[in-house]
Amino acid sequence: MGVEGIGARVARKEDKRFLTGKGRYTDDMSVPGMKYACFVRSPHAHAKILSIDVSAAKVMPGVIDVLDGHQLQADGIGNLICGWMIHSKDGSPMKMGAWRPLAYETVRYVGDAIAIVVADSSGQARDAAEAVVIEFDELPAVTEALTALEGGSPQIHPEAPGNLIFDWQIGEADATDKAIASAAHVTEIEIRNNRLSPNPMEPRATLGIYDASEDHYTCYTTSQNPHVARLVMSAFYNVAPENKLRVIAPDVGGGFGSKIYIYPEEIVCLWASKKTGVPVKWTSDRTEAFLTDAHGRDHVSQVKMAFDANNRITALKVDTVANLGAYMSLFSSAVPTYLYATLLSGQYAIPAIHANVRTVYTNTVPVDAYRGAGRPEATYLLERTMETAARELGVSPAELRRVNFIRSFPYQTPVIMNYDAGDYEASLNAAMQAADWAGFETRRAAAAAKGMKRGIGMSCYIEACGIAPSAAVGSLGAGVGLWESAEVRVNAVGTIEVLTGSHSHGQGHETTFAQLVAGRLGVPLDSINIVHGDTDKVQMGMGTYGSRSGAVGMSAVVKALDKVEAKAKKIAAHLMEADEQDIVIENGELKIAGTDKTLPWFQVALAAYTAHNLPAGMEPGLKETAFYDPSNFTFPAGCYIAEVEIDPETGKTEIVQFVAADDFGNIINPMIVEGQVHGGLAQGIGQALLENVQYDRDTGQLLTASFMDYAMPRADDLPSFTLSHQNTPCPGNPLGIKGCGEAGAIGSPPALINAITDAIGHNRMTMPATPMKVWHALQATH
Amino acid sequence: MYATSYHRASSVDEAVSLRGTAEDGKYLAGGMTLISTMKQRLAAPSDLIDLRHISQLAGISVEGRTVRIGAATRHADVASSQAIRAVCPAICDLASHIGDPHVRQMGTIGGSVANNDPAADYPSAVLGLGATVVTNQRSIPADDYFTGLFETALEEREILTAIVFEAPEKAGYAKFANPASRYAMTGVFVAKTAGGVRVAVTGAGAGGVFRHAGMEQALSAQWSPDALNAVAVDPSNLMTDMHADADYRANLIKVMAKRAVAKAG
Repeated sequence: MGVEGIGARVARKEDKRFLTGKGRYTDDMSVPGMKYACFVRSPHAHAKILSIDVSAAKVMPGVIDVLDGHQLQADGIGNLICGWMIHSKDGSPMKMGAWRPLAYETVRYVGDAIAIVVADSSGQARDAAEAVVIEFDELPAVTEALTALEGGSPQIHPEAPGNLIFDWQIGEADATDKAIASAAHVTEIEIRNNRLSPNPMEPRATLGIYDASEDHYTCYTTSQNPHVARLVMSAFYNVAPENKLRVIAPDVGGGFGSKIYIYPEEIVCLWASKKTGVPVKWTSDRTEAFLTDAHGRDHVSQVKMAFDANNRITALKVDTVANLGAYMSLFSSAVPTYLYATLLSGQYAIPAIHANVRTVYTNTVPVDAYRGAGRPEATYLLERTMETAARELGVSPAELRRVNFIRSFPYQTPVIMNYDAGDYEASLNAAMQAADWAGFETRRAAAAAKGMKRGIGMSCYIEACGIAPSAAVGSLGAGVGLWESAEVRVNAVGTIEVLTGSHSHGQGHETTFAQLVAGRLGVPLDSINIVHGDTDKVQMGMGTYGSRSGAVGMSAVVKALDKVEAKAKKIAAHLMEADEQDIVIENGELKIAGTDKTLPWFQVALAAYTAHNLPAGMEPGLKETAFYDPSNFTFPAGCYIAEVEIDPETGKTEIVQFVAADDFGNIINPMIVEGQVHGGLAQGIGQALLENVQYDRDTGQLLTASFMDYAMPRADDLPSFTLSHQNTPCPGNPLGIKGCGEAGAIGSPPALINAITDAIGHNRMTMPATPMKVWHALQATH
Repeated sequence: MYATSYHRASSVDEAVSLRGTAEDGKYLAGGMTLISTMKQRLAAPSDLIDLRHISQLAGISVEGRTVRIGAATRHADVASSQAIRAVCPAICDLASHIGDPHVRQMGTIGGSVANNDPAADYPSAVLGLGATVVTNQRSIPADDYFTGLFETALEEREILTAIVFEAPEKAGYAKFANPASRYAMTGVFVAKTAGGVRVAVTGAGAGGVFRHAGMEQALSAQWSPDALNAVAVDPSNLMTDMHADADYRANLIKVMAKRAVAKAG
């Protein structure tokens, strides 16, 4: 497809502006008369609010106003909601407690917003926030999900007795239990998935602008899906009707899921702008980000995997408790259910699966999707279980996987998903070869000779991306459709604007989407602009998460391009007096196939807009819109191998090699895909070795509220990665794309923990495998 | 950060005078701890008196085996000092691993030693070398200087002006970094000095930097990593936090001590 089309390693168009400091982020936005907000937040994990006294704060220097939740409620602003309905197995709907944008009755986690101060400067706003006097009646707090389920634990929402939000199941319980009862071998293990803070480089920010003359709101915000933000703020929070609310997500510095959701701050700043008559900007500081950005994961699961005498899996039974924090965030209910338990078949043919999931309120920040969202939890659970089973059964981990691989497609799992294509053994073989698996024992012996403990571990992951057929997710409880839209707008001189509902916050859409068009039409990459992130410019779209922009967003562009091409061919055929069927588009020209008669692309575009000589009845212009609703999820899969060397004196783990063999289907830009894998691996390695959100169990105070205590992976924590790509094109979308944004974070944690448990000689290890934990684990074997 | 007034002192006397007239003044000597604390609104000095530009606090001198490091000397300057490296490379190596390049370009030895963060590197070198802490009022032996977590023998307005020590016969420093902050989760400075063997531990003690008598005795008898094998490290006075409990720190002290001796040669 040429040097700039699909498959080309094109440097990112957007990087010039990012690398030279010319990006335009929400905090860079400045409008006349703009003032600054500071939120007054709860210092307690759980307390009744007895009184809020803003009188002293209101008279502080520079203060415009101080507003609280009583006023917000009086103005009819709604509570925050979770947009995915889950029913418990007894048929009852999930128990959603009220999430006030500004709490005025009860606070439920440290950081819960209570009031907003608007002032001339952010420093003055902060000073005044400290002068707001709030009388609390402290209540006991609970931070851990298992504890919260125990009788006598603090009750967090009146709507959810015993803090249980729902008790949901999937699969066949009876068939699973029977298979376990008659199994030749059953592997049992408890799996804990640690709690993570997303930490995008750009903290959240929002600028609310109310224009009284038009009764119109503009919201600049750090969002992965500005249209969804507008829809939700309009339909559920009563901020304004959609035609009176423009949401702009300009350059956004990373999201990893945490910027999917609508948070209180966007709503409150818009409302406060109307109340005060001035534009109101809020920018989170890093401590606020730790305290209030939705966290990820936090599962505890009991697992039973049954095998027959030939080491074939006969059943999998999972009982999971998931911590959803103090309130149900926008997609929180979907993550531990349909994004998690539907992937529990992994890459394996498992006749019977049953999963039970209980979700629980605690006095912690809300938990929602974080890079991988459910699929890392499923993969970690399955792949640690497979490794454990292989050791118990006395077979090699690769052999156990080979015996159980799904080998014919489409394959219907017992947990909804229908896998469309894959070749799991190809990735396994590629990874083992790249890692020189066969030579490992020699390397282990060499390491032992210098006093080090080597281990090797693998992980065969599958994930579901490109969410998803709208009718399917609708039947599972989603409050929105999950299609994507595109508009291809050819200008009169032939340059092109592509408007997409996908949102780029690091993914490189301005390059990859342009590559698609450049390859199709043979026009220069520089003649194509990608427009996204503004509800006034772009037709309704669903945004970027779940590795869906390529598979869904670009498929919509393909559909719009098809229409544009068809019209352009009609015009060219008319102008060249040829049959429409004979027109081909190559190298920026429309030509009559088999002849040297051509028209440059720009002349056809010009003809469309001059409209002097168009086919009879044809409308002028060259611009088409398309909506693409996928027919299925996509199923990226692969095999990761980690090799570690542990210093037994300190417990420190060094990753001596990391191999990733991924099948993402067709690839648009290999350089960008490699970058996505590198970033995902860094986050997965962070989860496995370093990162862990910790709350004080008694007080509910966040102990890891800064980078002094929350360990982010750094360059020297990571090895050079060895990557390879296998390709079974996705049959479900026109480009054969599966998605690559989350695989690294999904597949890497179990590979690492399997390597570490291999090195230490027993299976008792939880994430993160810190030096202290590994050292203690080594003492246990001595 | 709350509003504060910044003063750049040009002499020690001026700094003392500025501090005396300030309502709630603080000396600033790099600010690698103080400025972060102020940004978080956990400290709110009315006045900051910057000591880094006082010529009396500047410079490194090595005369014979006597090393004098001015208090305003940045970590990067100690790390790259050929004069110090010639007589005591261990302290250069220590300085080269403090924080990150930004910190090493701003932070000073005087600031670090005056602040006495229990996880800072320099206190272990000052104590391990048996250095003298020189102030505008007196000279304080290291053994009398460190008095607790963030506590020192310095009086309220007293200014640390230099660290002076006799270069040891041998010295080495090994630390195990906290995975999150990269501060020393345990750091051990060992030195064979004219006055005997000294072993100083930072990052681990519940009361801050301390000397380990058992290790000093063992290394006095035999200067080798293996000499420490039989030494017991008591965890009872060590810190426990989310990153390292006392038992693990006790282990790290021994492991880092052995590595420090190995580095010292």
